[in-house]
Amino acid sequence: MNKSRRGNFVEAGVLLAAAGLPFILLALGEAFYIGFATRLLIFALAATSLNFIVGYGGMVAFGHAAFFGGGAYVVAFLMQAGIVSAWIAWPLAILATVVAALAIGALSLRTRGVYFIMITLAFAQMIYYSIISLQSAGGDDGLPLAQRSTLAPLDLASDTTLYWIALATLAICLIALRRLARSPYGRALAGLRQNEQRMEALGFPVDRLKLVCFVIGAGVAGLAGALLANQEGLASPNLLYWTQSGMLLVMVILGGVGQRYGGVLGALVLLGLEEALGQITEYTHLVIGLALLAVVLFAPHGLAGLARRRRA
Amino acid sequence: MSALLEIAGLKRHFGGLWAINGVDLRIERGTIHALIGPNGAGKTTLIHLISGAQRPTAGRIVFAGADIAHRNMHERVALGITRSYQITQIFPHLPVLENVCLAVLSRRRDWGSSFRMCRPASADFRMTAEAEEWLGRVGLAESAGQLAADLAHGQQRALELAMALATRPRLLLLDEPMAGMGPEESAHMAALIAALKGTQTVLLVEHDMDIVFRLADRISVLVAGRVIVSDAPGVVRNHPDVRRAYLGDDSQ
Repeated sequence: MNKSRRGNFVEAGVLLAAAGLPFILLALGEAFYIGFATRLLIFALAATSLNFIVGYGGMVAFGHAAFFGGGAYVVAFLMQAGIVSAWIAWPLAILATVVAALAIGALSLRTRGVYFIMITLAFAQMIYYSIISLQSAGGDDGLPLAQRSTLAPLDLASDTTLYWIALATLAICLIALRRLARSPYGRALAGLRQNEQRMEALGFPVDRLKLVCFVIGAGVAGLAGALLANQEGLASPNLLYWTQSGMLLVMVILGGVGQRYGGVLGALVLLGLEEALGQITEYTHLVIGLALLAVVLFAPHGLAGLARRRRA
Repeated sequence: MSALLEIAGLKRHFGGLWAINGVDLRIERGTIHALIGPNGAGKTTLIHLISGAQRPTAGRIVFAGADIAHRNMHERVALGITRSYQITQIFPHLPVLENVCLAVLSRRRDWGSSFRMCRPASADFRMTAEAEEWLGRVGLAESAGQLAADLAHGQQRALELAMALATRPRLLLLDEPMAGMGPEESAHMAALIAALKGTQTVLLVEHDMDIVFRLADRISVLVAGRVIVSDAPGVVRNHPDVRRAYLGDDSQ
């Protein structure tokens, strides 16, 4: 009881500090970093959504870019069609990714293990090549947004507002994730990760439970994509490419598979390292690769697992 | 009264091998029905077919009046058929109590609609209380907080029985519940099964003939994918075909 209350205080403190960050950056004259921080939050959201599928649902999906990038493209397409309101475009971005995930998941979940990895990758690459071959989607150049979505009564044109929206979305998703993990559904997922055959024999509709997990993760990734399109002013084909799926997976592994803050920590560390190292060396990815190796070898539960062990 | 489970003309082949080659079997309500037979006779395959882990090539499996031969495993559990496994199947890294809680949870068939995603499950005292009761029944009340992996082999088998019972099956399929047990653990398991007599319908696959003849109300003998005899223990023991095919001509 006491420990969880202390944990709540820490979480509330971090959230408060994060909410105040734009003021500090503005005071320091580093307004540029508000955009970078927003990017961090959005990738944290995307990595968390993948962690839900990989770490909670026990499915190593290698096609998350399809949903992340898909959300971005839906917002860009809608804007091209004159639909500017976020109240319409963002839910539609979620809906589109959910529908796509239902189809992809239903087919992919007939397989397990390596085959599941390969088939989710294949579907994602199919979507990538379909989009870049579309003239109306801008091909290799991506689809720029004429403006940011409007989120009346808020003013999304302000970088600070977009930052807070991303922060609020991430916070809500993390709270939802905690509730979900403790719900009967979350307990069923925990059982699934350990012994799928047993769960089936106890009468759980195993494939359906996994599909729901896959679809929830995809929907959140779609929302993250919608946010990122607004942050970057562009739906880029890079977001759909398999390296993006790989990067999100690296974030999850770095941060901690199945750890609530795994996705967040992974995104912070990976993008933070890229940004910091990018200024001093060309070998950014070598350093990140070594960091990943170290985590896999010495901290199997990732950075979040290390933090938890120290506290306990 | 009609039988709880009625199997007719059931067949299943793997490649060229007919593992189950025309099985007819009736299991009456409230009985402990043992299934015996030499290794490779198809006992486990039959359990797979009844539980839904495998589909038959031909034939009917009628449970409580409905043909279930092509239903999914989880649908059959919902209808009331739960099995245990020859090789222990538990959730090793979850506490013993949580193992049984999951079994209790599976009985709530509202997965499709609400998914009960929002209410913390730990607040569900009724579920926990019921799980504790099942643990008490198999003598594991003291171990509720341990990890399932830390239990002794015999205790893990008892836990599996508690999990199967917690789904409240109308027909319980036990596939060699005493496999790998010492004499003391076997005796404990036999007592647990004996306690089900009269209230729970059980199909029991077991190698230990002393236990089978002591517990069973009826015994079916499976040889080469066919039931050659299905009768009361006294009749089966002295049946000439059984002695020849299974017990060995010169036994006793």
